[in-house]
Formats: sequence, structure tokens, C-alpha cells
Amino acid sequence: MKRFDYIRPVSVDDAVAAFRPGAAYLGGGTNLLDLMKIGVIQPDTLIDLGRIAELGPIEMLPGGGARVGALVRNSDLAYDRAFAAAFPMVAEAILAGASGQLRNAATVGGNLMQKTRCAYFQDPHSACNRREPGSGCAARGGDNANLAVLGWSDACIATNPSDMCVPLAALGAVVEVQGPAGKRDIPIADFHQLPGDQPETETALQPGELVIAIRLPTEAADFARNARYLKVRERTSFAFALVSVAAALKLDGQKIIAARIALGAVAAKPWRVTAAEDLLVGQAPTEEAFARAADALLEGARASGDNGYKIELARRAVIRALQMSAAGTPKRMPALPASPFGDVAEEHSHV
Amino acid sequence: MSDPVTMPIRFGSNSGQSVTRRDGVAKVTGRATYAADNHPDGMLYAVFAPATIARGRVTHLDTAAAKAHPGVVEVFTPQNRPPVVGDPDKKPFMFAIPLELLQDDTVRYAMQPIALVIGETLEAATEGARLLNPQYAAETPRTGMDAEAAKPAPSGPFGRPAEVVHGDTAAGLAKAVETLDVTYDTPAQYHNAMEPHAIVAKWDGDRLEIDTPNQAIVLSRAFYAYYLGIPADHILIRSPYLGGGFGSKAVPYSPLVLTIAAARVLDRPLKLVLSRSQMFGPVGHRGATRQRLRIGIDDQAQMTALDHVATAIVDSFDSSFPEPAAGASQGLYAASALRSALMVVHNDIGVPGAMRAPGEASGSAALECAIDEMAEKAGIDPLEFRLKNYADIEPGTGKPYSSKALRECYAKGAQRFGWAGRPLAPRQMVDENGFLTGWGMGTALFGAPMFAAQARAVLRPDGTGLVETAAADMGQGAWTALAQIAADSLGLPLDKVEFRSGSSDLPDGGVAGGSGHTATAGGALHAAGTDAIRRLGELAAADPASPLFGTGNQGFIPRDGRLYAARDESRSEAYADIIARAGGEAIEGKGSASRPPEDAGRYAMYSHGAVFAEVKIDPVLFQMRVTRLVGAFAAGRIINPKLAESQLMGGMIWGISFALHEEARFDKRTGRIMNSDLAGYHIPVNADVRGLEVMTVHEDDPHVNPLGIKGVGEIGVTGTVGAIGNAIWHATGRRIRHFPIRIEDLLAQD
Repeated sequence: MKRFDYIRPVSVDDAVAAFRPGAAYLGGGTNLLDLMKIGVIQPDTLIDLGRIAELGPIEMLPGGGARVGALVRNSDLAYDRAFAAAFPMVAEAILAGASGQLRNAATVGGNLMQKTRCAYFQDPHSACNRREPGSGCAARGGDNANLAVLGWSDACIATNPSDMCVPLAALGAVVEVQGPAGKRDIPIADFHQLPGDQPETETALQPGELVIAIRLPTEAADFARNARYLKVRERTSFAFALVSVAAALKLDGQKIIAARIALGAVAAKPWRVTAAEDLLVGQAPTEEAFARAADALLEGARASGDNGYKIELARRAVIRALQMSAAGTPKRMPALPASPFGDVAEEHSHV
Repeated sequence: MSDPVTMPIRFGSNSGQSVTRRDGVAKVTGRATYAADNHPDGMLYAVFAPATIARGRVTHLDTAAAKAHPGVVEVFTPQNRPPVVGDPDKKPFMFAIPLELLQDDTVRYAMQPIALVIGETLEAATEGARLLNPQYAAETPRTGMDAEAAKPAPSGPFGRPAEVVHGDTAAGLAKAVETLDVTYDTPAQYHNAMEPHAIVAKWDGDRLEIDTPNQAIVLSRAFYAYYLGIPADHILIRSPYLGGGFGSKAVPYSPLVLTIAAARVLDRPLKLVLSRSQMFGPVGHRGATRQRLRIGIDDQAQMTALDHVATAIVDSFDSSFPEPAAGASQGLYAASALRSALMVVHNDIGVPGAMRAPGEASGSAALECAIDEMAEKAGIDPLEFRLKNYADIEPGTGKPYSSKALRECYAKGAQRFGWAGRPLAPRQMVDENGFLTGWGMGTALFGAPMFAAQARAVLRPDGTGLVETAAADMGQGAWTALAQIAADSLGLPLDKVEFRSGSSDLPDGGVAGGSGHTATAGGALHAAGTDAIRRLGELAAADPASPLFGTGNQGFIPRDGRLYAARDESRSEAYADIIARAGGEAIEGKGSASRPPEDAGRYAMYSHGAVFAEVKIDPVLFQMRVTRLVGAFAAGRIINPKLAESQLMGGMIWGISFALHEEARFDKRTGRIMNSDLAGYHIPVNADVRGLEVMTVHEDDPHVNPLGIKGVGEIGVTGTVGAIGNAIWHATGRRIRHFPIRIEDLLAQD
């Protein structure tokens, strides 16, 4: 691998001050180090955030929200009882991702920052506008069966691989960042960027800006009783989604008062359409109502290659996830979190 | 039916026991030394630069940039390639393939070595290889089954014919009352043993020591000797442990030979370990197939014809290994006419090779699904259909089976699985959670070959034993099972026998492949031990001071370190005492094993099995799980039931992988594999393997070899893939005629 400098600041201020073009912030390293090894990303300097205590805590906020430091490990967040009780679909999504070992290393900030797993992005010998602006998109016409069906452009058909970000998007999380110009908040809906004609711009971060926390607003906790994450994939565990859905409802008897839905693995960002959610307000939680919401959510979806099946699969998954959330958040984390097979009694420990 | 003939060979108390893997503790505590764990003084690191096109020429390599990188010691390209003596384009031995040793600038497949970079560290060598930034004159690669019209294969692998015909299948199909004509596709699969190919090479003058995982140590030594132009006995290969072989580690491949040649030029020890992505090209793979099966049945549902034509994708410069999938239709079902034929389509890929159950895995997948389709057309339960077409003698050849307890496998497996209540029609079963549930089955079949091996057994003056053969433990348990056989042959407990293996300075243990290693190496060890005991007995019988004096004509029974007169067990003596009186010299026995040609010609020899699968499928999302797999296998004498069952389980898990996961995904424009890592190349995870049961049915087989051993290494893959495919049909009513079967496939038909 290319040689690089390695520094280990102990405060966010020092980390940000150390940043210069060509540097990269290092969290758990579960994605960045892989990409460095295969030559996709070649930073001159790694700024290891691992010793910055202020990035560490999980704080439950008065009134029901939460603030999670960027360096909180995925496993620690999913297993935090208070957090998981308030935001069960976030915990379920995290536990549906990667493997136990990876979740123990991966951080919340890193999860937000992870790169697409598009094979052409990960291959320095393929054209990729996201990796090398202007070089083209080899994924178009290539092996693209699991790439985007929403929000893609001629320049890029990559998807965002995160599970955690899907419920965060549904719940309207806020990303706290700090950079050379100080601190600011970025709504998660604006954090990940659709490719347009500049797919290299992956997030709303300015150079040197660092994710320091995510915040879940007070009203996000209102959905705790009816919130599920569903992840459809070929393998029962340790695979990226074909499609995934975060679905949450606020019910008053048999009437939906509020709904939150986001789709994963279909676009370069978690896909949320508030108009689709609005269609459910005032409705009974029926399959017909859910189907209408699914259609609205998927409006404009089109195949970017051999992936048209994902549109129908997503439609079905949205309906199923809404049905699961209407049935109520399970008292205990399912043995297979987010799996269509997750609520089967015979499973004893999750994987 | 089991053969009732009793065995002439006496077995002691070690064989048949589920002895725990003797190397297990060393492996799980990190004390087992794998090839890449070796670090001789002065060692440098080698990394090969892989071609990133599939066809063309390399026009430029930036060697200056690579050499300028700190820590890079040397860059080998066609301009300064390390010399070899043997011609890399020739094939000096069976199983040899043309090698790429930088002899020219041609690229014949993606991931081919096009340069070798040497560094003081792995990181330096890796970055040096990256900095070469190759430029090419690329040509349009041939990729996929439609790259050209299929042609008849000149021959099959392993020296087998490309076409086998028994009877007239056209006539059989013409007279059939019901026929089936279906085509199944199987993908290219790449060996992804946990341990990638690795080598540490160290020269001393014209003598060479190499640490490398290898399934055929002595054979490979001859290969290396050819390429390097030194006598074979100047080469020492150490291969005590392999982190999986699966057929990919039987012969030397280009990156390994290149590393040895480079080490000679540099006069420094060199290590090369393939990265995961480099496993997808230069070290063999299971070639993709398209298989057309035509079956006819008469009004009794008996097969009038079974015609199986497999088109295999092969490389474009050797083409010696078309995946012999059609052969799976030979030897199993009693069709009155049988034809198996191999066709080829050339692609710009690395040379395919043997991968666990080569031919049988792909062929059985298609055959067992086609049989299920034929049973469906006949309106008959798939098990009953198989029994109606049960072969009591080998179809076509008319040879008797050396043993065949397949009926017992069917019965035992079906009973354990609960097959009896199965509805004939598909999509009839829904479980309490609403999942579509389906049951399917497949017959497992794999040949029971035997190769040649030698062994040496020594009875030491203290009465303990030493046995030696250059066998290979790929994780299957050779360290344990072979030692059990050896201990029995010497009449000693396992802990009184030192077993040396995994090194080329020992007698040739043959190849750990073809599911024949235990039979072959075990046979040689048993013969060597028996020879040592015979010599010991001669000493005792001729010694007036021995209680055994004069009993030589009745023979001896060796047991627990004592020799007993065969017809009078009151007369016995400890080995150590016999040896001490004879002068205290260790007694050496030699043994060899191979199958007598007359037996090979007289009998059809196979392991058999029956696999039953249950799948559950989400009725809307179509996500699938194999919830139960039951396999019953008859494979002759089982030396170590625990290890054998583990092998069979591993094979069945591979079957899940084949049915639902494994596939190299090619970019059809570039001929490159786009999922060349374990994040993209899926195999099952623990959560994909639910109920998994293996049973063995005992067979006494006096014909396969003196020990009556068949093999268990590969048969588990066969049968299982078809069973899962058939269960998916039974759950959904949908026939998916390719593997792996995906959510998308079921969704498309919904």
C-alpha cells in the first residue's frame, strides 16, 4: 500500500486542525483500510480518531431524543438498552449488518461515511466517475444486478450500502459535524448526495469536516412501539441487502397517526419520500394502504441495468415491513434481526 | 444391497473409532504451522502483478516507478524473467497445465501473472506491483457460453473419453411414452480454501526447500524438478497442513513456480501468498456448464433413454479440462440406452481444473433435477421413480457393483427425513409461520478410485511403531484416520505409533484427491505394517527362546504390542522382547497399494448416497433457507465415523453453496470476474446451515481394495444440489434451471 503518515489526536479540535487535503479520518477502519489495501483510496495522512474521548458517549436526551457520538461502536449502540428501547429499528438495522466482528470495530460515524460496494468503484482498473471523475461508469452495462433503481444518473448507479442509515433517515436524524469553519448540523436527508453529474460528491461534508455525532429528535422516539427494519438478501447473514426497509408507525387504535418509511440498497442514499408517508396518515393499517404508500415511495423507480426485479421486490418489502411494524415491535430482538425469517420462534441467538 | 462376504483383513481397535482429530488442538491454538507461517532468515516477499484484461498483450510496465518505491528489491518482467529449464508451455505430466512464467507479453486471462515484484516487506512488494500500472494492447475477450458455437470436446479430463455411449438413445427416446428435454446451467466456481496458495522457497546451491500446501507432494516434486531442471531428490516439500485444497492444490501453478525461480536468481528465500482476488484465475476453477438432458420413459416409468450432453466453458490455450458433467449420468440409473457427451466453448479464462467432485457436482445437480422433472411427468414420487430405475448392475457396462447399499441409503434417509408423507404436487405445504415448504431429494454418487502409494513401517526396539508416508491432510483428517489404520496394522494403540507425513522425503503417499486418499495411502500403510509384523513373526518363530517358536506356519495376531500365535493365544510375546533377543535392531516393513487392474475391470466401484432436503421460502419476498438436510451414504468401511461424517457434512454444505450462493460473476465486456473476494463471492454462513444430519450405511466391499475403503470427500456435494433445487420446485411449483437459484428467479415467475 502507499505510504502514509499516521497521527492520533486526542480532541476534535486537534483532529480538524490536523486535516489537510489528502488526509482521511479513520474510525473503525472496516471500510477505509480495505479500500486503502486495494488502492481505491490512498490518503497521505490518516487521522485516527480512536483516542478522542468526546466522540464516545451515547446520551439519551430529556424528552426522548438521543445523541450518539461518532466513535460509538455499532455493537455498543445496538446493545445499549435505553437506545434500543427508544429506537428499536436502528438497533435491528445495525444487527442486520456485517458480522459480529465487524460491528465490534465499526463506528457510527464510519457507518455514515462508508463507500458504495459497487464492484466497479472498488476496482481501480474500471471506469468509475465516483472514484475518478470523468472516467465513465463501467457499472452501466456491467454486472449491476444489485445497483440502484432510484435516484441514479447516467454518471453513476451506485447504492449506499448502510443498514443503520436507513432507519436514521426514516426517523429524521441530524448529523452533527465539525470542520475548519466550526460546527453545524446536517439533516440526514441532505447528508448523502444523489450522483447527478457529480457522483464524486458523496456527502454534504466540506473538506476537513468530521462527523462528531448523530442526533435523533424527540419525536423519533414516538415510533418505538411499531418500528421494524426488514432486510432482504440471498444469504441469511453477512450480506448486503438487495433491498431493505425501515418502517415505523404511530398508531391510535386502528388508525395511523404518523408513518416513517425509508428504503435501503436502492439508491445512493437512504430513500425517503414524505409524501408516501403522508398517504398513510388517517388510514387503517391495511395491505391496500401499505401498497399505495409503497407505490408512492417507488415512484420514478427504473432499472439501471439487470436490476429491474429490485423495484417489485422493494414494493413487496415495503408492504411487509409496514405489516411487521403494525404488528408491533417485538419485546426481544429477533434471533435473526431484520430477516424475513426473524420472527420464527425456534431461533435462539442472533447471528 | 450389502455384500455379505467377510473381510480377510483383520482390523484392530483403532479403525472404526471416532478418534478426535489429532491435529485439532494445534490448529485451534495456532501452533500448527502452515506454509505462510515460515520465515527463514533473509526472506523477501514476492507479489505478482495480475493482468487486468482478459486477452491481449502487455505493452508497458512502469518498472522504474515500482523499483523507485522504498523497499522494492527487484521487479521481474518478461525482459528479465527468472530462468526456468522446463518449457512452461509444455505439459510434462498428466494434470500439468501450461504455465505463465513471464515467457512473453501475452495475456490469456484476467489475473494472470504479468510481473513479479520482490520487496523487503509485503507492503512494499504490493505497492510496487500496483505501481507497475500496466498498459495493454487489449483484444475483445471471449466470455460466456455464447462466445462461440459449441464444439465436441476432443477428450475428457483424467484421460477419459469425451463421449460414452451404451445403446441407442435416439431409439430409446423415440419409443418412449413420455419424454423430457431440459437444459440446466451451472456457473464457474472458484476454490476458495481458507488458506490461499502460498509458498516459501529457499535454495541452497541446486537444492531447494519449499513450504507449500500441496495435495500430492511427491508428484508435485517431479513437476518442480522438471521446471527447475534439478533432480527431484534435491527438492524437499514440506506440507504438514493445508487450510483446504479442494483440488486446487494438487499440482504447481504459475505463481508458485515463478516464485521459486525468482528465489534462485536472488539467492534469497522468498515468500509468496496469493491474495484472495488472485485465487480467481491462475489456480484452477470449476468451469461453467450448460447441460441438456433428454430422458424417455416407458409405460412402467422405466427409462428407455438417458442422454446427457454437457457443454463446458474452457480456456482458449489448453482446453484440457472441460468440466466432465455429463459423466454423472453414467453408472447410476438403469436406462436401457445411455449417452454422455462433452462439448466445449472457449473463453479467455484461466485453465479450469478439478474442484471438489469435478464433473459429478455440476452433472449431478442437473441430472437429479431432471430426474425429478421426469418423475413429475410420470406422476410418480421421486423416490419411487428412482427405485423403479434402480440399477443392480452398472447400466451400459453390465458390470456388477463391487458393493452398492444405495437402497439402504434411500430407505434410511427417507425414514429419518419423514419423506413418506410428502404430497406429490408442488406448493402444497405451508408451515405455521406461513413459509412455503418443499421437500426434494437427490441421489449421491461418486466413483471409488484408488491410486498408487507407498509406505514404511518400523517396529522400534522399545516395541513402539513409526510409520511414514507423504500423505496430505487438507483438513479432512488424514493425520488421524491414516494413523488409525497404521496403528491397527502394527497391532499397537494409537499413542504408541509415531506417524510422519506431509513431507516429500517420505515414501510417496499419492494424491489426496478423487476421494481415494484414505484407501490408497491407508492401504500402503496397512501393507507396510503387515510386512513389519510378518518379519517380526519370522524372528519369533525361528527363535527357540520365544514362546512363539515353531508357530510360524499358523500365523500371528498382533495386538497391543504383543504377538499371539493365531491358533493358540496362550502363546505370545511382547514385540520389544522379540526384538531385544534378535539383537535389538528395529524391524522395517514396506508396503504399497494400488488397485489390481483385473479388479478395476471386473467391478463398477462407487460410493452412493441419498440426500433429502427441506426448504422454506417466504411466499412474497422469496428469500430461501434450507431448513433440513438429511444424507445417508454408503462408502465402504468407515475408518473414523466422526471425521467421515464431517467430510460428508462439508460436502453437503458445499451443496447448499452450489444451489443457492456460489458463482463467479463475469463482466461480459471485459472477461473479468467482478466478485473476486469473499464479500462478493458468497458461500453459506452458519445461519444458512440449519438441520444437517449425516448417516452412514455399512458396506463390506472386498473388491475396491483390501481394506474395503471407498471415499467420502466429494460425494456429499452430489445429490445435495439437486435435492435443494427439487425442494424449491416442490415449495413453489417453479423449476429454476440454473444455479445458483436466486430470489430474482422466483420473483420473475410470480
